[in-house]
Parts: sequence; C-alpha cells; structure tokens
Amino acid sequence: MNAPVNPKKLIKGGLHDWEVVIGMEIHAQVTSRSKLFSGAPTAFGAEPNAHVSLVDAAMPGMLPVINEECVAQAIRTGLGLKAKINLRSVFDRKNYFYPDLPQGYQISQYKDPIVGEGEVLVDLADGESITVGIERLHLEQDAGKSLHDQSPNQSFVDLNRSGVALMEIVSRPDLRSSEEARAYVTKLRTILRYLGTCDGDMEKGNLRADVNVSVRRPGEPLGTRCEIKNVNSIRFIGQAIETEARRQIAILEDGGKIDQETRLFDPGKGETRSMRSKEEAHDYRYFPDPDLLPLEFEQAYVDGLAGGLPELPDAKKARFVSEFGLSAYDAGVLVAERASADYYEAVAKGRDGKAAANWVINELFGRLNKEGRGIEETPVSAAQLGAIIDLIGEGVISGKIAKDLFEIVWTEGGDPRQIVEARGLKQVTDTGAIEAAIDAIIAQNPDKVTQAKEKPTLLGWFVGQTMKATGGKANPAAVNALLKSKLGIE
Amino acid sequence: MTELNELTLAEARDGLRAKDFSARELAQAHIAALEKARALNAYLLETPDRALAMAEVSDAKIAKGEGRPLEGLPLGIKDLFCTHGVVTTAGSKILEGFEPHYESAVTHNLWRDGAVMLGKLNLDEFAMGSSNETSAYGNVISPWRRNGSDAPIVPGGSSGGSAAAVAAHLCLGATATDTGGSIRQPAAFTGTVGIKPTYGRCSRWGTVAFASSLDQAGPIARTVRDCAILLGSMAGPDARDTTCVDLPVPDFEAAVSRGVKGLTIGIPKEYRVDGMPAEIQRLWDQGAEWLRAAGAEIREISLPNTRYALPAYYIVAPAEASSNLARYDGVRYGLRVPGKDIVGMYENTRAAGFGREVKRRIMIGTYVLSAGYYDAYYVRAQKIRTLIKRDFEAVYAAGVDAILTPATPSSAFAIGEKASADPVEMYLNDVFTVTVNMAGLPGIAVPAGLDAQGLPLGLQLIGRPFDEETLFATAQAIEDAAGRMSLPRAWWA
Repeated sequence: MNAPVNPKKLIKGGLHDWEVVIGMEIHAQVTSRSKLFSGAPTAFGAEPNAHVSLVDAAMPGMLPVINEECVAQAIRTGLGLKAKINLRSVFDRKNYFYPDLPQGYQISQYKDPIVGEGEVLVDLADGESITVGIERLHLEQDAGKSLHDQSPNQSFVDLNRSGVALMEIVSRPDLRSSEEARAYVTKLRTILRYLGTCDGDMEKGNLRADVNVSVRRPGEPLGTRCEIKNVNSIRFIGQAIETEARRQIAILEDGGKIDQETRLFDPGKGETRSMRSKEEAHDYRYFPDPDLLPLEFEQAYVDGLAGGLPELPDAKKARFVSEFGLSAYDAGVLVAERASADYYEAVAKGRDGKAAANWVINELFGRLNKEGRGIEETPVSAAQLGAIIDLIGEGVISGKIAKDLFEIVWTEGGDPRQIVEARGLKQVTDTGAIEAAIDAIIAQNPDKVTQAKEKPTLLGWFVGQTMKATGGKANPAAVNALLKSKLGIE
Repeated sequence: MTELNELTLAEARDGLRAKDFSARELAQAHIAALEKARALNAYLLETPDRALAMAEVSDAKIAKGEGRPLEGLPLGIKDLFCTHGVVTTAGSKILEGFEPHYESAVTHNLWRDGAVMLGKLNLDEFAMGSSNETSAYGNVISPWRRNGSDAPIVPGGSSGGSAAAVAAHLCLGATATDTGGSIRQPAAFTGTVGIKPTYGRCSRWGTVAFASSLDQAGPIARTVRDCAILLGSMAGPDARDTTCVDLPVPDFEAAVSRGVKGLTIGIPKEYRVDGMPAEIQRLWDQGAEWLRAAGAEIREISLPNTRYALPAYYIVAPAEASSNLARYDGVRYGLRVPGKDIVGMYENTRAAGFGREVKRRIMIGTYVLSAGYYDAYYVRAQKIRTLIKRDFEAVYAAGVDAILTPATPSSAFAIGEKASADPVEMYLNDVFTVTVNMAGLPGIAVPAGLDAQGLPLGLQLIGRPFDEETLFATAQAIEDAAGRMSLPRAWWA
C-alpha cells in the first residue's frame, strides 16, 4: 500500500501537493442465460416485468436455487484475476427495504466470498505498469429498477433485472491517479471480456463502479474516504475522481475535515454531491441465508474450469512480443480486445508479424476509429488484409498502391488479387518502360539534373516524378537504381 | 355404524378400496361435519366444490382400479401452504385475499397421490404462536373442554386449526408445520398424533416461511398409522428447495408395526423442569414403563445444553422471521395501505397488516441482527445450536435409538388465560419441542392419557436424523398401550 510516491501523480493544491488514493468496487453482470437464483432469462431489452419468475418477485414460499453457470463464471473470473478460489463460500442476506428489492433483502456474500485475493497487471500510457491488488470477488443479486418518469404521481417497478447475477470485484486502495483508475477498469473489462464472464457493456449498466476516493499528503496515513456510487463510464470514473479529489483538497487546505459519506457524481454539473452520511448509512443486518446451504465444490471442479480458460491478455501480449517480434506497445494495443488479437493473429499467420501489426494497427484500426466502428464490424477481413500484405511482399504492388487497394477493398470488397489484376495496379518492373519515363523527365528538366549532381537529395524529386509518370506502379527499387545510374549519383 | 368422518384415515382408505362407500360419500360426510363445526373456527376457508370434484375423480379412478395411495381421502390444509387458485393467508391480514398461482410442494404431492382438499385451516399468524390466539381471523376453539366447564380451551398452536379439525373429525388428517413445536404441541393438546419429520424430509417450496432453518412440514392425524401414511406422500426430494434432501422416502406405514423390542429409549434428565406438574411426570414414567413392557431398554441420558435451547430459539427464529417477512411490503401483492411516500406506505401497510405477536418477533429479530448485537445474540445462539446438536449426536452415538419426553409442560389452557401475560410464559410451551427443531431432528407427539381436568396429554419421541421409522414404531407401542384417545362428544354440532 505504501509504494514509493510518484511525484508525477501528485495533485497540486493551493498550498501543498496531494496524493489521491483510490479503491474500486466494480459490479459486473455475469454473462449467463438465467438469473443467479431463478430460471428467468437475463436478456436485455424485454418489456418491463417480462422476465420475472415467482422467486424474483418474492412470492410467499418461494426459494432460491443457485445457478451453477453463475458459480462457474465467478470461478473463471477469479482464475483470470490470479485469485484464490474459496472451495467453501456462504450466501448472506443484506436486509433493506426498497420497492425494486422484492425480497426485502439482497442475497450476497459477506464474510465468506467465493473468490479471495488476486491481482491485475495494469499498463499505463507511459509504458509503466502497476499491479493492483484484488481483495475479493463475490456473487450477489442485482435489484430491479424503479421508474419515476412513467406517471405524475406514481413510481413503477421493473423486475427484469431483479435477481440477475452480479460479481462485485473489490480492489485494494492501490490506485494513485484518475489515469490509473481508468486503466484499471479498462484492463479489468478486457479480462472479463476475454473470459466471457461479463460483456463489460457500461451503457447497459452491465459494468458499473463504486469509487472510493481519499487524499493525503505524501507519506501520511490514509485520509477519510468518500464513496462515489454507481459511476457508469470509464470517462466519468476519471472525471469523478478528479472532481472529488479537488473537492477534498479544497476542504483540507481550508482547514476543514472530510466526512465519510456516500456521494453521487453528476457528469452534467461536473460535481459530486452527498447522498448519505455515515450516520445515515444502513444497518444491513447481514446474516447467512438459511434458504441456501454453503456453496461447496472440489478443487477438481476449479481445475476443470481452469483448463477451459482462454489465453488471457497478459499471456497473449507476451507471446505476441516473443513470437512475432512486436514492441510491447503494439502487442498491448492488439490484445486490448480479444477480437482484435484474433484478427491480428489471422493476418500474421505465415506472414511477417511486424508488417501485419503495422497494417492492423495503422491502417485498419485507424480507419475503424475514424468511422467509430469496432473490429467486429470491419469490412476488410483478415484474409483480405493478409492478401494485400502478400501482394506487397511479392513485389506485385507498392506500399502506396497497397493503401489504395485497401481503400478499394474497404469500400467495395472483393479479392485483392483479382482487383490488382483487373484494374492494372500491378507494379511496373519492366525497366524499359521505367527507363523511358526517366529519360523523358531528364530531358525536360536539365536544370534539375545539374542541381542533382551537386545535391543528391534531389533524387527524391525525380523519384516522385517517375512514380507520377508511371501512375505509381513503378517498382520503387528499380526506379531508385535507374535514377542513380542515369544521374550519376552514388 | 360409525359416521364416515369418524373413521381413521387407514380405515377410510381400506373402505374405499373395498368399495364399502364412495369418495363422494366420504367427502360429503366431512363437508356436513365441518359446516356444523363453524363454532370451532378451525377452517378459514371451506372448499366443498373442489372437494366434491376431486372425490368424483377419485371414484372414477377407484372404479378403474387405478386408485392412488391417498385416493379419495379428505384432508384439511394449514393455511400456510400455498394452494393454486385458493386463497392463502398465513393467518394474517397482510395476505388477506392472496391467491397463489402455484401449489406448494407438499400439497402437490398429496393431490398427486389422490387426496381430496376440504379447505384451509386456521393457524397462528405466520405460524407464530402456541395457542392459535394470534390468528388475524379469530382463535380456533378446541373440541376439548375441561370436566364440568364450558370455558373455551385453546387447541395449541400454531397448527391449532389442523389439530382441532382432526380431533373434531372435520378431516381424516391435516397438513401442519412445525418451527418450534407447532405440530407436536397442538397434537398433544388435542389428543391427536403429529410428527415433525427431520429437517429436509419435506420440501419447503410453496409454504409461507417463518424461520427457514427450522420450518418443517408434517401431518397431524388421529393415529400413528395415519400419520405414517400421510408423511409417506408429503415427503420426498425437491430440487426447488436446496435444503430438502435427496433421499428416497421409506415405507413409513410398514415401520408402524415393527415393534420396539431391542430398542434403547433415552430419558433425558434435563427435561425434568422446575414446576412441572406431577401428572406430567407420572405420564412420562408411565410411557417409559409401557415401552419397557413392550421390549425396549430404558436408559437415563443427559442432554446438558437443553436449558439454553429456548432462549437460543427465540433469537434464531425471530431473526430469520424478521428477514423472511420483509417481502410483505405492500408493493406487489397482499395488503397495501397508502402513505405520503414509500416509507409511509411501508409503515402503514405493515402496521395494519401484522398483528402484535408478529410485530414483536420482527422487532426482536431486527434487534438481534443489528450491528453491535449480532455477535452477542445471533452468533452465540448459533453456537448453542451446535452444542444442542452435539448433545443429541453423543447420545445417539452411545446407542440410544429414540428419546422419550413429555410433549408439553402442561395440558391445554383456556383461551385468554395466557394471552395477556408475559409473552415468555407462552413461549415456555415450546420448552420440550424447540430442541428438536434446533437440532433438525424428527419428533412425534402421541396421546398418552388425560389429566385430572379431562384434557389430553401427550408424550414426545425424538429420533435420529431421517429415522422417522423408529419413531413410528415406538409411538405405535405407546398408542397400543395407552389405547386410542376417545375424542369428546360433538358439543358444537
């Protein structure tokens, strides 16, 4: 917890530098067909109250039955976080009244969670990485949704979400800046998506964060923290932390003290505001749910799940570096999404890994970003991009033509080889044709020829003219060689 | 000839099979009896049309030789079991008019086996009570009276409607539930037989919850054999209740005639509580003597943590109840009393919907689970629970097959006699029965005689986990020795 203070991360107050300390509780909706304790479907977007079983509605005498798939997903996630899997865990009731909480309690795990301590390796933009400790992961039920905008004098309740499984992933207070916090959530989301245990869709509320923020003078003990509830985008997480840290610093520098409380972030106003104080905090009266036996399974069950896990981003990144000779940065970009990594691997297979990475990152990702599309929506398939790279390697087209070809494939589709054939994009390697073009240029520009003999960098101008004259199809190596000999440049 | 409703369940079953009478006639005899017995307030809801329709199906099945185990046998259902399309109130205003769209596992099993539903039986509100006086729909009156007195007597609780209806021949048998003695105490008070099986033997699915770790369904009937027959149908695995065990249901009826020869019966010295009436002690000694005479070995045993059971029970049960009853909030079903905001609606609904005893237990439960009190109360009570369980395990490991105790510390009392007093006095009714729930064991109450006032007294047998068979065999030996209780004349009719 008391890692050396990195001065770059400190926030400048009016009087002092301050260190911000952040811990997070991420609520990640488990990817499963049915709910944590009932057979009702979890599909998003149904009519209100269409996906509600008798258990979800807490009808008298109804009992929860654990959904084994949700347990397996929690274990997979724990394994992905390099965490201790607890072979025995206990479901507790967290008691409070709210109209969207039909049972009057949430079934959660309090003292004995299914997953214990783990860690997440987080890469930062400057090439540095940090390890963030995971304290625990537990399973719990989501609540329903109160709708306050449907009637002037009543609130409605939609129980479709009621009972859907959530994983609450609690980090240690190991984060020291909003950037680190954003990078942590991004990485965690990547891991969950690789594992297929949570889709990470923050717009649908399938991943949301409670952010604990405190500030202190470097080297001092932890300050009083405030919890910012339910922040639902990575950008807002960053903004909420900055806003809250500055609020706390202003209070402390004014000689005030921080009250431990729960706050809400208002992205519109760019402020956090108090939701409830420590005194108003609920007494949840946790106790073991007597309807459910302790959750117990064998190590062999965990081992079976571990055997079925996909390659995770850290391992994949290391492999891309060693197998394809990529830079750590490029490898990191490629593994950020499992689909991108898969795409890259399909392109790189049997080809030059670095060339493939350049094309995927610079051309493909660049174009996708420009259009706000994800890798799943790419119009250029890995096979198509691979063919373009092959054509360059074979000397059939130049790099410049290849970019034009990429554009054609992007907009019109088709087999790159056939397009090259049909549209005459083939590189000219016939030195006769190139020579003729060069001779014509030399003849028309005697002054430039004289200058070039004194200033060999003018060669570039001749190359440009030659390419222009040949419609960009001339083989650049051949052009260079011919120009040098004809101009007498060494 | 005996009226059809005065037959035992086994006799009625055999009579139907022999086609001595029809299921319709049997149902009609019961419908007539319960219509005349409304003064007892045992039934909250009579379902004669349903009973006759079910009886007709039974007659058709019998005619085709397809009779099921309980074919055509009319039963009463404690109003804690949810019944599809039939109002289920749990004895509470908060569920007034509530009509479930599902059938509890236990009643489903009974209808599957051909039983006929006569109606829903009164009970203490949410099964919280020992006299049926906490029902929101008026107390049940026992068919029994003290010698020379017209004072109405309580039938016990919480399954008071079940016990009274069985004793008054208003059904052949009834479903009941037992969280701290709610089957065994009313059975003892009404001269009937009631068994709380091992926790996990019957599914809790669809039964309104009181205290989930203690609640268990069981039958009340007029003979040991009738209870064995009914439990055989009520019990069984159910994947919808994860605390329900995946064990086959033994042939309980066959166990009834096993005898007690060679069994070792324990007599726990800690059950000799201060102030226990001499006649209860005499009855207990008599019971031991009967079993010895029938071939059992009687052994004094010790269950040293018994005295902590009642206080620990009154922490665990209210704690679970306070949470289980949170769902009655006026939002989705049942009573709703408007308020100025959501909290006001909660407060008004729950204030109007719950009775005094239920509120008291919700408050006790909320208190013992609160921050700062949880360790001192709930955690310690759970430790005591473990100790109580160990007491029994030690005794069974030492070769005891079943334990004999009084079922209650007294006979039934008059209505109102304890209602105004310190609630703890009412809670003391459960002193011999709660240990069994705390340990999850099976326990049976069987009539053994009358006290000086002419009211029934019962003995309790406690068994090993999932060994209800030994209880049925032993209880039968007591029933044989004591003779079938002759029930009171129908003063109410």
